[in-house]
Amino acid sequence: MSVETIEKTIEKKPAEALLSKRRRKLVSDPLVDDNPITIQVLGICSALAVTTQMKPTLVMAISVIFVIVMANLTISLMRNTIPSRVRIIVQLAVVATLVTLVSEVLKAFAYDMYKELSVFVGLIITNCIVMGRLEAFALGNKPYDSILDGFGSALGYAWIILAVAFFRELWGAGAVFGIPIFEYISSLFGPDFKLATNGLMVSPVGAFIILGLIIWVQRTKTGYVEN
Amino acid sequence: MDLFNLGIRSIFIDNMVFAYFLGMCSFLAVSKKVSTAIGLGAAVIFVLTVTVPVNWLLNEFVLKEGALSWVNGELASIDLSFLRFIMFIAIIAAMVQLVEMVVEKFAPALYGALGIFLPLIAVNCAILGGSLFMAQRDYTLAEASVYGFGSGTGFFLAIVALAAIREKLKYSHVPNGLKGLGITMLLTGLMGLAFMSFMGIDL
Repeated sequence: MSVETIEKTIEKKPAEALLSKRRRKLVSDPLVDDNPITIQVLGICSALAVTTQMKPTLVMAISVIFVIVMANLTISLMRNTIPSRVRIIVQLAVVATLVTLVSEVLKAFAYDMYKELSVFVGLIITNCIVMGRLEAFALGNKPYDSILDGFGSALGYAWIILAVAFFRELWGAGAVFGIPIFEYISSLFGPDFKLATNGLMVSPVGAFIILGLIIWVQRTKTGYVEN
Repeated sequence: MDLFNLGIRSIFIDNMVFAYFLGMCSFLAVSKKVSTAIGLGAAVIFVLTVTVPVNWLLNEFVLKEGALSWVNGELASIDLSFLRFIMFIAIIAAMVQLVEMVVEKFAPALYGALGIFLPLIAVNCAILGGSLFMAQRDYTLAEASVYGFGSGTGFFLAIVALAAIREKLKYSHVPNGLKGLGITMLLTGLMGLAFMSFMGIDL
């Protein structure tokens, strides 16, 4: 699916504004209308496993933004020198290097987070969004456009997983970012009142169902229908 | 851990798809027809069964802290585990290339049906995930082999079951916004619920 490219030809213009309309579209399209998760069905693999809580999800989102933007930039700079037969290997090597960098940084400065995310940092390598953007965009476009495109896709990914994490943490643990909201609300209504949490939300099943519902809402809004 | 128990565990309880969300991309995209799903599932079983033990050897004799001591006593202090990602993915990409050539030669129909998804097995999270879990959990070689095969089988079962349901789903009326990915996610959730019942088994 990642190879079904969205070809965008770029006309040569003497000087294009730094944030021209076309460039703004590169960033804004993947947010809603062409969202990598809900419309293109990419990057679901590593997206769901970390979304039991907001905090690791945020770290994951930032890591993915970094990896996609940097990988897009690197591949775009090298696009004219990569023979197309070995491009997958080259892309994997670039992405794996960037992910190693992220994982080492996390290990050094946020060891608890590193432990919590465990193998899922490494699995950014196989995040289909990264490879998809490299294949579909960075291989054929200039560096600056590639950065914007990568940033847009990564943001589209980030807000979806943050939304999933929000509902899972809220209903599963009664908290947001570790702040016990349910406990606070319960205390307003006296000692006998208690908002219940649902253990199903913490389990993988909750992630599937919440993402399914988010997709439903999102697709109904955009009017996208899959055949 | 007993090898048989580990096998059962990796197929049902720690199922790649339902417990760890690995391999979701191809799981969702190639599960429209049972026959293609069987092909992809078989390819995943094969690649996992081969790559996990191979990566175990690589990890044990090259990458782990002190792993190089078999070459020379002075090298015992070297820790190359930060190279894990890049080495694992290189092995996986090479193996996938091999499988691709074998399938193209002996099963051209399957090759055509799998299309782009065969090379994309290289970026299937289930494959890399299998190797990373293996390294994290300190399996022995025998355990790693069983784990590779077991988790591949778990993926196979999951994708074939989903494809069978989706084939039937064609004849039902699904709301427009829920068509395709949406309903598939909900289905996967329900299947995961069914698989959760295996967690009660004490191995």
